[in-house]
Amino acid sequence: MSDIADRVKKIVVEHLGVEEEKVTESASFIDDLGADSLDTVELVMAFEEEFGIEIPDDAADTILTVGDAVKFIEKAQA
Amino acid sequence: MFDLTGRKALITGASGGIGEAVARALHAQGAIVGLHGTRVEKLEALAADLGSNCHVLAANLSDRAEVAALGKRAEETLEGVDILVNNAGITRDGLFVRMTDEQWDDVIEVNLGSVFRLTRELAHPMMRRRHGRIVNITSVVGVTGNPGQANYCASKAGMIGMSKSLAQEIASRNVTVNCVAPGFIESAMTDKLNEKQRGAIMGAIPMSRMGTGAEVASAVSYLSSNEASYVTGQTIHVNGGMAMI
Repeated sequence: MSDIADRVKKIVVEHLGVEEEKVTESASFIDDLGADSLDTVELVMAFEEEFGIEIPDDAADTILTVGDAVKFIEKAQA
Repeated sequence: MFDLTGRKALITGASGGIGEAVARALHAQGAIVGLHGTRVEKLEALAADLGSNCHVLAANLSDRAEVAALGKRAEETLEGVDILVNNAGITRDGLFVRMTDEQWDDVIEVNLGSVFRLTRELAHPMMRRRHGRIVNITSVVGVTGNPGQANYCASKAGMIGMSKSLAQEIASRNVTVNCVAPGFIESAMTDKLNEKQRGAIMGAIPMSRMGTGAEVASAVSYLSSNEASYVTGQTIHVNGGMAMI
């Protein structure tokens, strides 16, 4: 896993209080990791803070899985 | 009254009558208080009187950058704000048809805009900690209206609607959002009333007297306490019976 993926994973584990093994690339925040809509907003805000990027609402709506988040952040930082 | 030992509370407008009473009440129940206001000497005097467990945090609420900075400063200084009391407010009275844009904008910006911005700043860390109490000081006239105060009434009614929305959004995070709506309370704001206004008001209050800041502070104390854990999105009216809503 890349550095970005590691950092994303760490935030998800900390925030949702889930086991690290469950946080795979394909894991859906809501369906697999038990997040509710507020959790997803908080995760997006945590990603923005960690990576110093801005994630607009329409982009945030497309971030459904851990992999989606990693991909978005990689692109935003490229 | 209630046990707020170790809770950290930020009170805006603590240099005013009601704000000072709220600060004193929360402090007396064990809270560590952040005293916000614009009149630093008054805040320093209050802090000196309270002794320990208080911090002075001056800021101009009509300046958006200062509002955001206040939130961050309070979060750092108090090491996490558990209780936010949005009490600061201004009046710029005038009859509706004579009211200037400036009168309107000033009141909406300070009484409603700054509450939105400061609460946004502090609600997030409260959500993260899974605990918080937000108490917004509105006014009876936000519900009943009052001639000469269209701007003020709009800001206070807006505060109630905003509180109900936020209450629904963050209830699951154990953060409650409520309002306290004082009626006529002895303060610098009501001192400005003339005799005729005063007489008319007394006639409309079943208790035939103005309330005190301490009586408003009691409602704030309750809503800030653990005992009020299942109360959210509500408005407690403290008005001597002048409006029974």
